[in-house]
Parts: sequence; C-alpha cells; structure tokens
Amino acid sequence: MSTTELKTEVTAPVPEPRRRRAWVDQVLIYLLSFVLALVISAFLIAFADPDVRSALPYFFSQPMDTISAAWESVSEAYKALFSGSIINFSAYTVTDAIRPFTESLYTATSLILAGLAVALPFRAGLFNIGAQGQLILGAIVAGYIGFSWALPFPVHLLVAILGGMLAGSLWAGIAGLLKARTGAHEVIVTIMLNWIAIYLLQYLLTLDAFQRPGRDDPLSPPVAAEGRLPRILGEDFRLNLGFILALLAAWFIWWLLERSTIGFEFRAVGANPSAARTAGINVRRAVTGVMVVAGAMAGLAGMNQILGGSTEYALGNGIAGDIGFDAITVALLGRSTPLGVVLAGILMGALRAGGSTMQAATGTPIDIVLVVQSLIVLFIAAPPLVRKIFRLRAPKPE
Amino acid sequence: MRLELRGITKRFGTFTANDSIDLVVEPGQIHCLLGENGAGKSTLMNSLFGLYRPDEGQILVDGQEVHFRDPGDAMDAGIGMVHQHFMLVPVFTVAENVMLGHEHTKGAFLDIEAARAQVLELSHKYNLEVDPDALIEDLPVGVQQRVEIIKALVKDAQVLILDEPTAVLTPQETDELLEIIRGLKATGRSVVMISHKLREIKAVADIITVIRRGKVVGTALPTASETELAAAMVGRAVSLRVEKGAAQPRDVVLSVRGLTVRSATGQAVVDHVDLDVHGGEVVCVAGVQGNGQTELTQAIMGLEEFVTGSVTVKGQELVGRSTREVLDSGIGFVPEDRSHDGLVGPFSIAENMILDQYRQEPFAKGVRMKPSVIAANAEEKVAEFDVRTTGVQLSAGSLSGGNQQKVVLARELSKPVVSLFIACQPTRGVDVGAIEFIHRRVIAERDAGVAVLIVSTELDEVAALADRVVVMYRGKIVGIVPPDTPRGVLGLMMAGVPLEAALHSDAAHVGEDLAEAPLVVPAEAVEGVPVEPGEAAVVPGQPTAEQPLLGDRATTTPTTEEGGR
Ligand SMILES: Nc1ncnc2c1ncn2[C@@H]1O[C@H](COP(=O)(O)OP(=O)(O)OP(=O)(O)O)[C@@H](O)[C@H]1O
Ligand SMILES: [Mg+2]
Repeated sequence: MSTTELKTEVTAPVPEPRRRRAWVDQVLIYLLSFVLALVISAFLIAFADPDVRSALPYFFSQPMDTISAAWESVSEAYKALFSGSIINFSAYTVTDAIRPFTESLYTATSLILAGLAVALPFRAGLFNIGAQGQLILGAIVAGYIGFSWALPFPVHLLVAILGGMLAGSLWAGIAGLLKARTGAHEVIVTIMLNWIAIYLLQYLLTLDAFQRPGRDDPLSPPVAAEGRLPRILGEDFRLNLGFILALLAAWFIWWLLERSTIGFEFRAVGANPSAARTAGINVRRAVTGVMVVAGAMAGLAGMNQILGGSTEYALGNGIAGDIGFDAITVALLGRSTPLGVVLAGILMGALRAGGSTMQAATGTPIDIVLVVQSLIVLFIAAPPLVRKIFRLRAPKPE
Repeated sequence: MRLELRGITKRFGTFTANDSIDLVVEPGQIHCLLGENGAGKSTLMNSLFGLYRPDEGQILVDGQEVHFRDPGDAMDAGIGMVHQHFMLVPVFTVAENVMLGHEHTKGAFLDIEAARAQVLELSHKYNLEVDPDALIEDLPVGVQQRVEIIKALVKDAQVLILDEPTAVLTPQETDELLEIIRGLKATGRSVVMISHKLREIKAVADIITVIRRGKVVGTALPTASETELAAAMVGRAVSLRVEKGAAQPRDVVLSVRGLTVRSATGQAVVDHVDLDVHGGEVVCVAGVQGNGQTELTQAIMGLEEFVTGSVTVKGQELVGRSTREVLDSGIGFVPEDRSHDGLVGPFSIAENMILDQYRQEPFAKGVRMKPSVIAANAEEKVAEFDVRTTGVQLSAGSLSGGNQQKVVLARELSKPVVSLFIACQPTRGVDVGAIEFIHRRVIAERDAGVAVLIVSTELDEVAALADRVVVMYRGKIVGIVPPDTPRGVLGLMMAGVPLEAALHSDAAHVGEDLAEAPLVVPAEAVEGVPVEPGEAAVVPGQPTAEQPLLGDRATTTPTTEEGGR
C-alpha cells in the first residue's frame, strides 16, 4: 500500500511521454520486417507458379483468374511452410503433428552454435567469416574420433565433442593470433582458412583412414553408436542432445560476456580499443581469446553436424552445408546477443525445415526461403524504412 | 539576424535536460552560456542546431518561427555550429573538409578549386589563417578548430555557436580565437559561446546567460566578478583558489632517468628527460600542447612503443612492463582524451567506474564479476563526485562532457592503494564548482603522501596545484620553477627560452609587472624539496597573502594583452 503510494509520488511530477519504449519498438520492427518479407516473397511465389503465369496474359480481361491462382499458390505455399515448421494440423498422430517444430529446433542447432561463433567476435569488434572452416575442422575431428575409435558410451561422445571444440578453436585461433601479432585482417585470414579447410576435408576423404570400406565415393564410415548424440524425445524425433548443448553454449557465452572479467575485456576491446589498452587490458590476448572461444562454438556446430545425424552420421564433402555463412545472418538478426542468436537460429531453422516441406508439397522452390531470410535481414537492418512503410514514429531516445 | 528561443524544453526519458528556456541573441552580440556540467547547455545548442528536436518551445529567426529537421536546415537558415568534439575527416585536406556536405561540382567532377578559393576568402576575411591544402591530421588542434569555424561559416552563417571551443586550446590559441570572435562580431554576426573559463567569458561576452539544472537562472554582464559568476552558476559560493598548506615532501616515488620516447618515424618526442616526483608533492608539467608532455605520461604508463631510459616507482623499474603491471604497481592515471582513452562510451557508468579495476576484489572474484557491488560502488562515486546522471546503468556516452571527465577522475582518484597519481588535463571541460572539488581532492591525495604528476596547459591550474613546475619544450625539460613564477617567464620558457634568459627578457618587456620578481636562489635553499644536481630552482622573494598569484593577476588585466609573449 505504502509502496505504491510512494511510487506514484516519485513518478508523478514528470509526465511520461506517451511513446513506445525502445524494446517494444525493436520487437515491432522485427515482426513487421517478417511480415514485409513474407508479403514480398508472396509475389515471387505467385510469379514462380506456372498456373499464375499462364493466367497472366489475359490479366486485364479476366483479372480474377490471375488473382485466384496467385492466392491459391501463395496460401498453399505458406500453409506448407507453417505445417512443415510449427504444427501439422492434418497429421493423424500427435507425434506427426508436433514433429515439424522439433525438426525446426533440430535444424536450428548448428545454426545457433555457428551463429554464436560469429556473434561473439562481433562484440569484440572482429568479423569472423571463418565459421565455415572452423565448423569443417570440428566435424573432421569429431567425426574421426566418432568412427575410428572404440570407447564406451558417454566417454566416446564426450571425447568426440571435446575434439570437435578443440579443432574449431585451433582453426580460429590461427586467425586470432595472426591478427594479434601481425595485424593481418581477420576477414581475409578466415576466408583463406575456409578454403584450406574445404580442401583439407576433400583430401582427407581420399585417405584410407577416412574412406568407408567398400565405397569409392568420398564418404567416411558412420559414427559408432556410442559416439552419437542421443535423441531426447524418443526415437521418433531427431531432436537430440545437440540442441541442449546449443542452449547451454548460448547461456555460457552470455555469462562470459556479461558476467565475467574475460567478457568485460572482450567487450571493452570491441567498443573502444584504446581505452581498453589504457585500462591495462591486453588487446592482443583478448583478440586471440575471442577467436579461440568463437572457434570452439563453430567446432561444436561441426560436431553437431556429424554426431547429430543430419548426414547419416557420416563425413562427406557436404558436411558443413552453408551453415558457416548462414551463421553470419543469424548473428546479424540476433544483434550479436546470445539470446538473439538463439531466437534467430530457431527462426531460420524453422524456415529451413518448413521450406523443405513446402518444396515437397507445393513445388515452390526452397530458394524462396532464402529470399524470405534475406529480406528479413534487409528490413531489420533498415528500421527507418520499416517505420516509413508502416508510418510509425521513432521511439523515444533512451 | 535576431535569434530567439522561447520555452525550449527537451527531455531524455523522464529527465528534463532543458526546462522551458528563453534566450535572445541580438545581431552582433557575443552571448555566452555559463552553467554547471550537465546543466543542459550542449543540449540547448543541439536543439537550436537541429540535432535534437525540442519537445516544446519555439525557435524564431528575425521574428519568424522556424523548424529545423536537421543541421542542414539550421545552416540554410544562417546558423553554424562548432561542436565540443571536432567532426573533421583526418585524411582529407582542409578544402575537402570544408566542402564536405555541400560539394561544389563542375559537371560530374568535384570543383576543389572553388572550395580552395572559398577557404582562402573566408580565412582572409576573418583572419582565420589556414592552408587549404594541408591535411587535417597534420594540423594542431587550434588550426583544426579554425577549419571547423570556416566550415560553419561557408554558408554565410549569421549566428555561430561554439560549444566549449577553448577547452582544448593553448592560452595563445585561446587569445587568437577570442580575436576571431571579436572580428565576427564586428561584421554584425552574433556568436553564442559555451565555456567554463570565466576569464575568457568576461573578456569577450556582451551578455552572459546562466543555466542551472536545465533552467535559466539569470543573466549577467561581463563586468560581474568571477566569484559572482561562479556563485550564480553553482548556486553557492565557490572558492576559485584551493586552500593548501606547504608541501611536506617525502621520499622520491617516481624517478625518471634519461627517458627518451620516439615516434613511429624515429623522432624523439621525449628527449632524455630526468625527473623526480616525491611523495607528498604536486609536480605540474607545463608546456604548449605537443611538446612531449603527453608522451611522457604515456611512456610511464607503458603505452608508448619506442622507449629507452628508466622509470621507477618506489624503486621498481617500469620500462618494458605492460600497462596492467604498471597500474597494479599502484598508479592512478587520467589520460588526456577522455572519450578516446578514458572511457568506453557504450559501457554503463558503473562499468566505466571500474574500467581498470574490473579484476580486483571486491568487483570480481576470480573471473566472476559482481554486478551489484559494481553498481553500488558507482552509486557511491557518482554521489561523491557529483556526477549528474539519472542512473549508473546509463551509458557513459550519454553524460555531458564535464560529467564524463568526472567519471574518469572519480575512478582514478578513489583507487584503494595509490602511490603515484598522474593526470593529463584533469579538469578539461569541468565547471568551476567541480574544479574546486577536484583540486581539493588532488591536494588531499598529496597530503596523504601520494606523489602527484599533473600535465596541464592551463596556467591557472598549474598555479593552483603545483609545488614545482616543470616546463617542457620539444621533448626536453627547459627548467623546473616554483608555481608563482610570473606568467611571462613561464610563457617564454614554454617557447624554449631558458630560465635565466626568460627572466631578463620578461623584465625588459613588462618591468612593472615584475616589481615582485622572484629571486633566483641556490637550489639547496628551497625548503624541504631536495633538488637534483643540475635542476634549476627559484623561489619567490616573499610570498605573502596580499601578493596575488598568477591566475588573479591575469584576471585583472585582459587576457589578450598579456605581456611578454
Ligand atoms: N542522449 C542522452 N540521453 C540521456 N541523457 C542525456 C543525453 N544527452 C544528454 N543527456 C543528459 O542531459 C543533461 C544535459 O547534458 P548537456 O550535454 O547538455 O550538458 P552541458 O551543460 O553541455 O554540460 P557540460 O558542461 O558538461 O558539457 C546531462 O545530465 C546528460 O546526462
Ligand atoms: Mg556540453
């Protein structure tokens, strides 16, 4: 009673201007960007549809043909996108109905981990383009341990996870060390290290130690059962321990950045290197350290790729997909905060998972998903544009 | 052009930075704004210049209401502004910087000739001497500022806003600037100037508006005394001179021997410097900006790369040590440029308060930081040093310039174990009330036995704090003199003239000024201060209470007519 009275007393003299808070504005911009991206993509979906294109020539005499064909194709595509990523209402069993969302999380796992590998260096003023290479190294080492060693269950998995992390750390550490010691720009170094990693993988897959017996295409033997990430919702769902690890990793990065002296150094170096130096922070060590931790995250993503079963637990040239590059998008979307990366990773995972369903069900190319993704990023990067389109006022400055 | 502000109110969140401010700037008027740090002066000027949009109020130009959406609008309306922090592109030439934003073109090409001509014309017209082809990064601060003024004038501004233009200037440069301002006034233009230096305000102002906590509390004429102005601004009596007893020097704490610092190009910027600072004394390094004072302190802190010689603190060698080791040996350090070296702008005030102590207990245990302890510490320091803010979790970048400086000082002056305190331009941008407090704190440190080394281009500050004054010129120490050495002598020494010659030359110029000229006495006679062999030392004849010290003497005569320089 008395506390509420006190509160009103304190706030009363200054009338709070009735404008949105900054974070509400943020969320609004994100949502509207998403909506805008879907609207624009809808046009692309419509024009990519053969029915729409065949109705188009007589648009002016019979506009409804085009419009209904367009509506049909767009709504089918987005329905498939939804049922492939969130909930499938037309499924017969509960398992089938909720499977899409677990698939989204499953797909998001590597994106989150690799996203962290880009987001953390961002905070320290470094641009890690090398998540792809670090991820490949992590996959190589985790995979090798997985399929060529024989150890009992939790030990085997643990060793493989650690191996993947270390390999990623090492690969990123090279870039960090070069930057710290010689000033070599991390963008160039990490791009080069990506290529080295890609060719290293190609080469390794030609060696007997990596070759699956009885096959002559570049494919490794499958990872032993003891080295696989266990599924967490039963055998019906692919979602596995990797997702929990990704959440733990995100929490760890948050703790590191916001609650530890190490993260304090990282952030200080990122925000004002000369003030950091004057305050006694060893800028070189921080640069190397950031890359080592980031590499560990990318290494975990590589580990998840191979031990999580997305390639049938085998190492091939496509092990990394484009994850190391999509990670940059995830980090940007997530504003380089761990929570943001988790959310952005899940969004992109959902678009991926839904995209495959959409392609299978409606023939709409999965590339549309890439367009949606790119448009979201584009709009989020330009809040004034979104504000203009929706005639929003700017939030009050903090 | 007559400029009028009516009822300007600007809020940041729930905080009201400007509260219904009225202000009239008549044509040909030099209007000075005076107010404490965080009073809202910069905010008001930014609202006027179209950088902020005021929440309430009107801006009238010649009686017509105007709305500025951005600085471009303000410039079109005839208002120019030079900001507290310069906004020039270092790798561009003067002419390129001046035309930036309203480029002259010839077809598809930039017409740099037209821009050069314009620079030459303006610099001729207003006596703003600059070379249009010089690169900004090669120019001294004072000249860079002229470029800013030219930039502000290209659109034929009738009102020029100067936000703390003299904070980074040397006394000579300040005098030149005041001349330029008078020149502008002579052409019928008006100037709005913000400054914390009462002396220069008195020297140029036609009228002074005093702002306190976002409100206009009154106007004053330049005939008002400094004490009156200070009191109006702070709301209490301010003593402009620190009360301090004689120094009680103890053992040598900082000992510098043969210290040489080279720039990346191999030039010696600090050249074989020998210097001792005892516990319990304040040594001020005076000199024109850029004569190696900054590099001297940076070298002590382990921030310079090419250093030879020796620096010891309490017998511990520091050359070759990392900055962290240097700091850990018990040194408080206030760097010269707060926004570049002293603060991390996006970090909270609380984080900035521990920027160089984040690993130490009680702020951290192992690698785990203690946010609540850090916040509590900040609350305490903010209260103690009167940092004007609405919360310690706000970013340091949102503080007013002077309050940012207070954060750095609060951090460095309240370190637990300090044997040496080094500060470069400690009170740059700080209001007179806060200067009083800071000077008292520095003297308190001294009296607690800390060795204090202050680098300042502000001769008032040197006079107020120093027990001994070291004058540097081109990386070398010209001489070490007592604090009440006449300004003229100091000025000559700062130009490289040795003490003996300076004394005579000064005497020749302003004989009457030296009625109480200091006597040169044997070094051993200086009480309490053990003098190193080869160090020059003088003491004044009879320092008495009636004999004014430097600052006061200068205030009685207009700044620009200072003799001897
Ligand atoms: N962007 C911002 N967000 C929140 N508060 C702000 C912001 N800008 C200024 N303030 C606050 O408004 C107040 C006035 O600031 P302003 O910069 O106008 O002071 P000032 O009078 O110029 O002081 P100084 O003499 O130190 O330069 C300060 O308390 C400052 O913390
Ligand atoms: Mg200001």
